[in-house]
Amino acid sequence: MSTEQASAGGCGAPAGGAPVSAAKDAGTQAVVQGRVTKDGSAVATGYARLLDSGGEFVAEVPLGEDGGFRFFAAPGSWTLRVLAPGNVRAERTVSADTGKITELEVAV
Amino acid sequence: MSRSDVLVDADWVEAHGGDPGVVLVEVDEDTSAYDKGHIRNAVKIDWKADLQDPVRRDFVDKAGFEALLSERGISNDDTVVLYGGNNNWFAAYAYWYFRLYGHQSVKLLDGGRKKWELESRELVTDVPQRPRTSYHAQEQDKAIRAFRDEVVAAIGQRNLVDVRSPDEFAGRLLAPAHLPQEQAQRGGHIPTAKNIPWSKAAEEDGTFKSDDALRTLYGGAGVDFGKDTIAYCRIGERSAHTWFVLHELLGQPNVKNYDGSWTEYGSLVGVPIEIGDGK
Repeated sequence: MSTEQASAGGCGAPAGGAPVSAAKDAGTQAVVQGRVTKDGSAVATGYARLLDSGGEFVAEVPLGEDGGFRFFAAPGSWTLRVLAPGNVRAERTVSADTGKITELEVAV
Repeated sequence: MSRSDVLVDADWVEAHGGDPGVVLVEVDEDTSAYDKGHIRNAVKIDWKADLQDPVRRDFVDKAGFEALLSERGISNDDTVVLYGGNNNWFAAYAYWYFRLYGHQSVKLLDGGRKKWELESRELVTDVPQRPRTSYHAQEQDKAIRAFRDEVVAAIGQRNLVDVRSPDEFAGRLLAPAHLPQEQAQRGGHIPTAKNIPWSKAAEEDGTFKSDDALRTLYGGAGVDFGKDTIAYCRIGERSAHTWFVLHELLGQPNVKNYDGSWTEYGSLVGVPIEIGDGK
């Protein structure tokens, strides 16, 4: 998914729910992306939420078929929270920088 | 208007989703979600391809809305139950849209697709075949839709509720954080607007908070319930969710959604803009 495709969306829409292929170049964005796995396999049903440093909700995306998610954040510290069926919850703190892709794999 | 008039829960949908006179409609931010699996008997409306004018920045017109609903097999008398992902964000937008064109019986599935999925309820891929109808829409109800001049005139007069995230309100971000941050516009917010992110109205599972919690949320952030209100976000979808909360759940009489929202306002020449965090 290129940034051009994603920006064609509206108030929200990522270009699709299909696999979230990893961005190769952050450009001027502060990208936070990764995968959610359980026992080494992708968690394809679930949601990733991005919270700011004050714990305030900023955005939420459904996980892709490969368990993938991606956010275009601003530089700074963020919390990533994963929700999945079976009352599965996981949380990671992550810092984002302009021009950088921050990758994280979340095992639940 | 009360909560039971405008919300149904998942058990109700499992029991009545296939009843005659009930039409389930999925409207998702992720427009491919329906194709991967949806609630049995649900049809799909694509918020962009179906609801937006393909050329101008506006909604499909009355004739276009009639053609859409007729093709999906929705009648004027049907009870339409909308649901979608991300706390019903786009489903609430479609709800506002159905009201804009005068549909009488429309409800949201509380919690939407997220709660349904997190509870591991059934999703199917069969697409229901509904016979064509002859849907008749009303003229747009301008009592629930605000335009730019009205918004400028409302500064310092009415409640302006900016429902974007704090970083967008302050001007540090120009879009939600799952979208790229390039836009040809200024960052910030409309002076005198209160920043109450739309997502605060929902619990983490996507259901709406209680009426008391909602009143405390908006009242505590400076919304004067004795005044008229205009809600806005970036392009009018998150603010449709807040419109639903204020108008449909809390029963506030004069609430409008400014669908031009920040992509219009932040591009206007000469209008006042404030930057920085909420006061």
